[in-house]
Parts: sequence; structure tokens; C-alpha cells
Amino acid sequence: MLEPPLVAPATLPEAYRLLGEATYRPVAGGTDVLVQLSGQLGPPPERLLDLWRLDELRGIALDGDSLSFGALTTYTEIRRSAVCRDLLPAFVEAAATVGAAQIQNRGTLGGNIANASPAGDMLPLLLVTDALIVAGSARGERSIPAASFWTGYRQTALQSDEIVIRIQVPLIADRQVRFRKIGTRRAQAISKVVLALSWVASSPDQPWRAVRLGLGSVAERPIRATATEAVLEGRLPESDTANTASVRVAAEIEPINDVRSTADYRRAVTARVLHRLIREAGGW
Amino acid sequence: MTLETRTRPAVERAPLRREGPAKLTGTALYTDDLVFPGAWYGLTIRSTEAHARLLGIELDPAFDWSRVVVVTAADIPGPNIVNAIQDDQPILVADEIRHHAEPVALVAAPDRGLLREAAAHVNVRTESLEPVLDPLLSERVFAHYEIVSGDIAAGFEEATVVVEGEYRVGHQEQLYIENNAMIAVPRDDGGVAVHGSLQCPYYVHKALRRSLLLSDAQAQVIQAETGGGFGGKEEYPSILALHAALLARACGRPVRMIYDRHEDIAATTKRHPAIVKYRSGVSAAGRLVAQDIEIVMDGGAYCTLSPVVLSRGTLHSGGPYACPNVRIRSRAVATNTPPNGAFRGFGAPQTEFAAEMQVNRIADTLGVSPLELRRRWLYRPGDSTPTGQVLRESVAAEEVLDRAAEAAEFERVRARTADARASRAEGGSRGGRGSHLAHGIGLALAWHGAGFTGSGEVHLASVASVELTAEGRILILIGSTEMGQGTKTIFPQLVAAALGVPMDDVELAEVDTALVPDSGPTVASRTAMVVGGLVIGACRRLRAVVEERSGGPFPETYLVDARVHGATRIDEHFEPYPGIDFDDTTYRGDAYPAFGWASAIAEVDVDLDTGEVAVRSVVAADDVGRVIHPVLAEGQVEGGTLQAVGYATIEEIKLRDGRYLNDRLATYLIPTALDAPRIETILVEAPFSGAPHGAKGIGELPMDVGAPAVVAAIHDATGVWIHDLPASPERILAALAVAGTAAP
Amino acid sequence: MTVRFRVNDDSVELTVPGARRLLDVLREDLGLTGTKEGCGEGECGACTVLLDGEVVDSCLVPISQVDGHAVRTVEGLAPRRPSQAEPATPGDLNELQRAFLETGGAQCGICTPGMLMAGEAFLASGAAPTDEAIRTAIAGNLCRCTGYTKIVEAIALAASRCQPAGAG
Repeated sequence: MLEPPLVAPATLPEAYRLLGEATYRPVAGGTDVLVQLSGQLGPPPERLLDLWRLDELRGIALDGDSLSFGALTTYTEIRRSAVCRDLLPAFVEAAATVGAAQIQNRGTLGGNIANASPAGDMLPLLLVTDALIVAGSARGERSIPAASFWTGYRQTALQSDEIVIRIQVPLIADRQVRFRKIGTRRAQAISKVVLALSWVASSPDQPWRAVRLGLGSVAERPIRATATEAVLEGRLPESDTANTASVRVAAEIEPINDVRSTADYRRAVTARVLHRLIREAGGW
Repeated sequence: MTLETRTRPAVERAPLRREGPAKLTGTALYTDDLVFPGAWYGLTIRSTEAHARLLGIELDPAFDWSRVVVVTAADIPGPNIVNAIQDDQPILVADEIRHHAEPVALVAAPDRGLLREAAAHVNVRTESLEPVLDPLLSERVFAHYEIVSGDIAAGFEEATVVVEGEYRVGHQEQLYIENNAMIAVPRDDGGVAVHGSLQCPYYVHKALRRSLLLSDAQAQVIQAETGGGFGGKEEYPSILALHAALLARACGRPVRMIYDRHEDIAATTKRHPAIVKYRSGVSAAGRLVAQDIEIVMDGGAYCTLSPVVLSRGTLHSGGPYACPNVRIRSRAVATNTPPNGAFRGFGAPQTEFAAEMQVNRIADTLGVSPLELRRRWLYRPGDSTPTGQVLRESVAAEEVLDRAAEAAEFERVRARTADARASRAEGGSRGGRGSHLAHGIGLALAWHGAGFTGSGEVHLASVASVELTAEGRILILIGSTEMGQGTKTIFPQLVAAALGVPMDDVELAEVDTALVPDSGPTVASRTAMVVGGLVIGACRRLRAVVEERSGGPFPETYLVDARVHGATRIDEHFEPYPGIDFDDTTYRGDAYPAFGWASAIAEVDVDLDTGEVAVRSVVAADDVGRVIHPVLAEGQVEGGTLQAVGYATIEEIKLRDGRYLNDRLATYLIPTALDAPRIETILVEAPFSGAPHGAKGIGELPMDVGAPAVVAAIHDATGVWIHDLPASPERILAALAVAGTAAP
Repeated sequence: MTVRFRVNDDSVELTVPGARRLLDVLREDLGLTGTKEGCGEGECGACTVLLDGEVVDSCLVPISQVDGHAVRTVEGLAPRRPSQAEPATPGDLNELQRAFLETGGAQCGICTPGMLMAGEAFLASGAAPTDEAIRTAIAGNLCRCTGYTKIVEAIALAASRCQPAGAG
């Protein structure tokens, strides 16, 4: 196993300084980065910046009308967070589908975001909740909307001297969020399809507003299915809506065949899962 | 047929696993746990193409090669051959690369950083050749068989219902949690001692002797604690041992070769993929009157064990059913993919999947219960198999079937799933939770020949020894290995029972070819039956010798006898089972001394939106002849059943250009505890009179029935038949779409 | 980098590369070979240890992050630490290990150390030992030999012995 040089700053300013001096691969819980050290998945990182000592990057807190997650928030911490269970239960549900206990104890939200896998389990949720990904560097902090964050295959909007420090998830009254992950097995599975759906409706007989549909594993990055969102916008969760939306999403996405699944399957299942979610919301 | 000694009480005990405390405290020593001061590390340079001419291996002059050693084919003192059956597989490529990940060169270095650097400076020059990747297009045949019984044409003429099918099963990786590992240590006598994760020490011994030109004593093989094998460490370790030994020879130091998971999956043997074309004919009276079966197995690039895998697959392909007109034609062919080899079941899971699919489809076509149909057709004592073997005794097909069906409440559940299917069809689901989940139940029955096929056991000429040591201990000396199935526990247990001594006084010698005789390989579910039989035979003779000498019962006299006479060792040699006769050229006669029988009933939930299958439960009834240790026996059934469930549902290897795409644990998936069904094990005993304890095999039986039971359950839930394994959600949704039962 | 941490009952101080995997530090630098490597990618759980009481895959933990923390391995479970000179006996096992021995939860044994650590964490959590809860707790530990049946039985058995009747 390769052991590249690693520095472990004790403070955030120190981390920023180091990042400004050389190219580092930041490492949080290590569940993605350490797999890459063998060099079998591509060129291994040359230099590691261990973020683990940066307590400034920890904690889940109510911050005005947002829920704020430190980048080092682990999946276990999300699952155990009362405020998260109350205000963003879909996040808790999603965190429970990641890996298994060992991964949940170490994997972080910031890591999931920065790793930028198209199959990242939490990423569709960030898309549909209009999350802001706060990037920090020696030059200051800036908020990047989730919708602009993932720019290509494993590419992000981060500059080379920036790291994810915080995630702000706006809390919207009457917003519903649903999450669904389809993997090959019940634990330790990379998703074949991962989907998050959100809408605002003050009661079940109200039309859906601010509809967001986030999808993973159907493109080179996590995406919003905006054409399908348009179909759902202002509609009630009825059978016609579900049919139209599922046809639309099947047409909207361009999934691929890969080692895990097929384009046909991903297309069909995305459509059917969306249909099922609308149906369940509509209670028919 | 009664057993000679009804030592039921002792044999029924379930002593705690001998090496359990060591394993549970982390003190059991697996290969990578062993420390050899000054050891170097070795690695293998492998081909990146499926088929190519090797033009040269170049060492970049920019690297200082004096710090490491490099071994190529030219450095092999003896034949550049690693033999399982044919002499076709090189230890290292000499001129032609025939599969992806084929070993081309070896490097050893004092530390892993230097090793990695050295490897990066080795340049393998090749010229690409066209690969053959489709077994149906391959012209290189490793083996072929034809079994004919009765008159197949007449059989089909009599048939009023004919069901045909083509079934495809893919690679399956054994996925022992401990990767292949070997450490070779130079001996003072110019030989080498290899410590490794392995099932068959004498296979490795033979390979070392032959290719390194070593004597019996110079080639020493010592089995370390082994973290699973399942056949994947039957023949492959010979290659790894040769590699490590060549490097040790080159650098004069111990060399550690411990595969990582990626290398292990990419380079080592898998279950043979197979394509089975099956035609079955049923008469108006509902009798099975004709079976026409064609089998093609993909052996990969080299022969390895393909002839015997094919043989077993061929012999079992009719399923456990009496049929007067049978034709089975089979061939194992070469492709430019990594060689396939032994994996639990050894050809039978592949063909019995097809056999059971046929029976289940026929039942469906006839509108008959799959249970009832099997009751009509299954072998009964006195029936003949396609090779003309009369099943005289130890036939428990009906018993395992009935026991499983009763425990699973098969017909009752089947009626319920039929009702649910009917209401889904007529009303459509009315919404709400769970309505897109369909429940199904499925059944399978199988047989598995115990021990080696035909004259295999005679050729093995296994030896097992029992010694009363001078110190008054009882020492068992066998070449059989523990890999979790319980060898280290059941042998002392059997010996203690046979001699009437406390189990704590019985020891099992370390599996070291310097100490133990060749008891044959630990494969083919033969250990308890064949080697156990030999050990009991040795005990009886030892008992007789001591009792005659001392004039008293063994338990009362052996300690004094040892003091007086010193050590007494009995070597027991395999004698052919009486009345068992097989012609290897015509494939007629008694293919196996006895058969084991198994039935499995699986219940699944299928998500009709996504095609995902949750296997909820499996009831597994297995006839093992005689249960020596109930806990260990259940463990074999449970483990084998889950491997079969994985085979049926999520274990898949896709290939591109002859290279496995699923070559790490993130992409080759086996069931987790959350995916695993509840498994209920029913152990049935139909003793085999040829074994002194009545035991037949257990390890492989459960592997033959799990997959078809699951696929039948999927059909029961969804109405679709999946002919290819794994029955993945992708295949299920595609089949549902074709059937027109898919929701929008 | 110099790191200081606890391993079982001992305090350890080492100077090693910060990116060195905890697994390699345990097995090679500290000679604690009870923890196994099955895949090196956090999929099999054979390398599971407790880090501050929580299960982690030690193949994915850089040693820099262990500085100041506490690690527990399979070697730290039994009351008496066996050696090659004084090998382990059934009497040397803790409640969970004993339960594994009785039910047959260990076959080849290579997944066992990791499985035991996951089992220990589950027992320590005090969660009700339902079938689903136990399976969830060990979902990150692959076993190829047992089918998991007797492993789940063992953890449930240990739970029933450790928890007073009526608890959980």
C-alpha cells in the first residue's frame, strides 16, 4: 500500500495555508481516499491533507432557517441527530443506506460531496433541497448552490485551494422530501439508481410547488431532471401526473451500461420509482 | 443395511470446534500472519491482453536490478508446466499469452516500495492476436462426453408434451474471505518449504517436485490456517506456490506472495460458465420419457480440471429422475479468458440448474404441482441411472423432498401465492404500501455423487494413518485440510469414538507433507466419507493389534501398551468399494459409490417496480448418509445454501475483451447478512454401507439446489422464467416487459 | 509522524507515516495479526476494529487520525491474552466468543475477528437483539462460510446472557 506524505493541520487557517502552497488531496473519514492509495483505480494522490483534527468542521446546528452540517459530519452523526430526524428525515433515511456501520461511522457528508461520484448517495438530496455547499480557503468562504457544484465526471466547482467546510440546507415550510436508492444488495452497495424528490404543498390536496427531482447514477454527475420537474410543477399527485412524469423522466435521462447495471434498467427503474413515489404521496 | 458398530451416542455428540478458541482470539495463524525474518515480497507481472504473442520482457536499464530478482520462464529448472490433468498450462508465459492476467514474470524485492518500483520498470512487449471469447465458437475442446441410454428418438415419439430450454450460467467467484497466499522458504537441502492457504498439500507437492526438480523430502508443503477454499484453493495454489518458490530460489530468502483481492479475483479460477440446451419429453400418462441434453462449458484458456468438472456436470445433468431414454452430449472448450476450475459442486450446480428449471417449467406447463411431479419421477431404490448404475441403497430423494415440503408448508404457501398472483392479474394493484411486492415459493431437488467419479478414488490411492504414540497419545495423520468445514474436529471425534478414548487424547498432525501421507485432495465432499472411512479402518486395525497384544479392551490397555511397545502406527490404504464398477471409456456403470440427495424450497419477495429479489427463507433438506457432527453439518448446509442464493441473484462477472469487469469487492457482490435468507436445515440420514460410519458427502449438496429453487420462486411471484443466472433485477424487469405485465 | 494511542489495554507510541493504514500498524508494527485484510477497500469488514468504541474498517483509517484515540481489537476481547506457548482454550473466551464457539459461528475463522468486533459494538449498544438489528450490525462483515445463520444466533445468545431478562 502506498503511503503518500500526509500533513494533519490542527486549525482551519493552517489547512488553508497548506492548500495554498501545494496540491493536496484532502482526506476526511478516508472511506473514498484510502481506497485510492493502491493505485489500482487510477493514479494515487501524491500528497494528503488530513482534515480530521479540524473540529471547526464538525457539528449539526440550526442556523436561522437552515440546517448547517459541518463537512466532517459522519453518516452516523446524521442518523443520531435529533434535529436532523425532525427536520430532514430523508437525510437520516439516506445516511442509513450508505455502506454499513463501519462506513457510516467514518464517511462524511463533505467527503461524499467532494468525491463527486455520480452515484454519491447524499448528493441528490442536496440538489432537491437547494443546499448550499460552502467552500473555504485562505481567500475566504463562498457558497456554491448544489445545482452548480458538480460540473462533470468527478469534477467539482472547487478551486484547487478550497475545501468543503459546511453544508447549509434551507428549511422550507411544508416541504416534503423523499429518497430512494436502488442498489444490488441491502448493504454495502453503490447505487444503480439514486433518487430524491422534493415539493412544497401545505396539504395533500394542494398542488405541488417548487418541485425538485435529483438523480444519481444516471449521468456522469448527479443531476436535476428539470424537464420532469416542469411536468410536476403545479400538479396534484394523481395517476395522470405520475404517468406523464415517469414517461418524461425516462426520456430525459441518458444512463449508461456499466459494470453495475444497464441503461435500460436505470431508465425503467427511475421512471417506475418516480411513479411509485408520486403514487404513495397521492395515496392511491 | 445396519452399520457394524452403532456408536450413535459418541457420533451424535457435537464437540466444540478444536481450533475454535484460536480463531476466536485472533491467534490462529493464517499465511499472512506468519513471520519469516528477512523475507522478501514477491509480485506477479501479468498480461493485459486476452491473446497475444509474447515478444520480449525488457528490464529498463534505468533501474538498478541488482537490488531485486526477476524470474521468467527461462528460469524454471524443470518443465514450465503446472498440471492438473493436461500438460498445457505454463507456470509463466513462454511464448503465447492466452488470457488476461496470465503470469508473465515474477519480481521479488526486500520491501514493497522497491518491489512496486521494480515492477513499473518491467516492460512486456507483445503482439496482439485475435481472441476466442465465445465458447460456442471455440474449436479447442478439452474434453467431451456422450451418455446414451435407451432410445432417444423413440422417447420423443412417445412424448405428448415436449419442453425445451436453453440455460446459461456465468462465472462465479469462490470469494473466500482470505485471499490466496503463499510463503516459500528455502531449505538447507536445496529444496523449499511452502507455507500456504491451500486445500490439497500433495497437489502442491507434486507441482514443486516436478518443475523445480526436487525430491520428495526437498519439496515440503505446510498448510497454514486457511480462510476458506470452496474449490478455489484446490488447484490454483500450485501455481502460486511455484511462483513463490521460484522467487525464493532466485533470491535465497523466504518470499511472501500474498494476493490482494483485485489480483485474486482477476487471476484465479472461477466456476465454469455453461450453456445447457435441454429437451424433455413427457408421455400422456405423465411419465418422463425422454431427456436430450447438450452442455457446453467454458474452460477458459487452459484445461485445468475441466474434464472432471464436465464429467460431473454431465453425469448429474438428468437430475435425480428416472428416465428410460436419455442422451447427454457435452464438451468443455477453451476461450481466451482466465482458466476456470473447481468450485463447490464442480459442474453439478450448472447442469442441475438446467435440470430443475426443466422440471419446474414442465410442471407449470402441465398445470401440475412441482412437488407432485417430482414425487412421480424421482429415483427410488432399484432404479437405473443413464450410465446404467442401479441405485441399490442409500436413496433418499423422496425423503428429502417430503421433509422439505412439510417444513416449508409448500403446497399451502403455493396456494396463497397463486391467489395473490390471480388478484394482481385481475384487479391490478390498488395502491398503498407493499402492493408492488410479489411473494413466491419455489422448489428444487438434486443428487450429488459422493467421492470422486468412477475410478477416481482408486487412482488417488489415498492413505490415512493413525498412530498410538510412545507417550500414549493418539495421533491422526492425514493430508486432508481444515478450511472451516470441520476437519480438525470431526476426525478426533471419529477416532475417539472408534477407539473408545477421550477426545482430548486424540491429536491431528499438522498438515505438513513431511509428516502426513497423501490422503487425496480435500475436495469432492470426500473427506468425511472416504478419508473418514480410512481413519476408522485404521482405528479398527490399531484396536485389534493392541487388544490382541494386551489381552484387554483398547480403552483400558492402550496406555500401558504404548509404554511397553512404543509407538504403533497403522497406515490404511483405500480399497475400492465392493460392487462398484465403472468403465471410464464408455462411461457405463457405477459413476459413484453412493449419491447424496438434497431438496431446497425458497421463498422470495420480488419488487415488481424494480425487479429486486429478497430471498426471505430457504428450507434445505440434505441427506448426508450419517450426521457426524450436527452443528458442523448444518454449517455446511447453511453456507452452501447462501452461496447458491448468491449464484442465483447477485453474483455476476461481466467481461470485456476477455477481462473481468467485476474484479474487486465493490463490484463482485456476495450476500451480506441483510441479504441472507433465514435458512432452516433438515439433516436426513440414508447411510451408505460402504463407509464404516455411513457418511456420504455434505459440502457440495446444498449448492446444487439453491439456485433453481430461488428462480422457481421468482417465477411463482412474477410469472416469468429467468433462464440465465444470475436472475438479476435487470433480467427480471426485461422479462416482465416482454411478458407485458410491466406497469407503466 | 509520531502518534500516541491506546490499543486494548496498552499505550502505544510510534513514529510512522501519517498515511499508514491502521490495519498495517496493527498487523506489522504492533504484531497484532488478529485483525485481517480481506479486500483493502472497506467492503468485507475483515479488518474491523473498534475506534473509540465504534466499528471502523481499519484498512481505511490513516494512522494520523488515531492519534489520541483508543483502538480495540480481537486480541483485547478475551480476559486472558493467549500466546503460542499458552494457546487459547474455551475457558479463555469472553461471553461473545464463547457464544460463537457454542453455536458454530466460526468456520474458517477469517471473518471472525471483524465479526466479533461488530458483535461487541452491537452488544455494547444495548439495542434489542432482533434478527434484523443483529444483521444490520454485521451488514458490513462478509462471511462466505456460514451463511450468517450461526453468527446471528451467537450474537443473540450472547445478548441474552449479557442482558438481564426483560431488558431490551
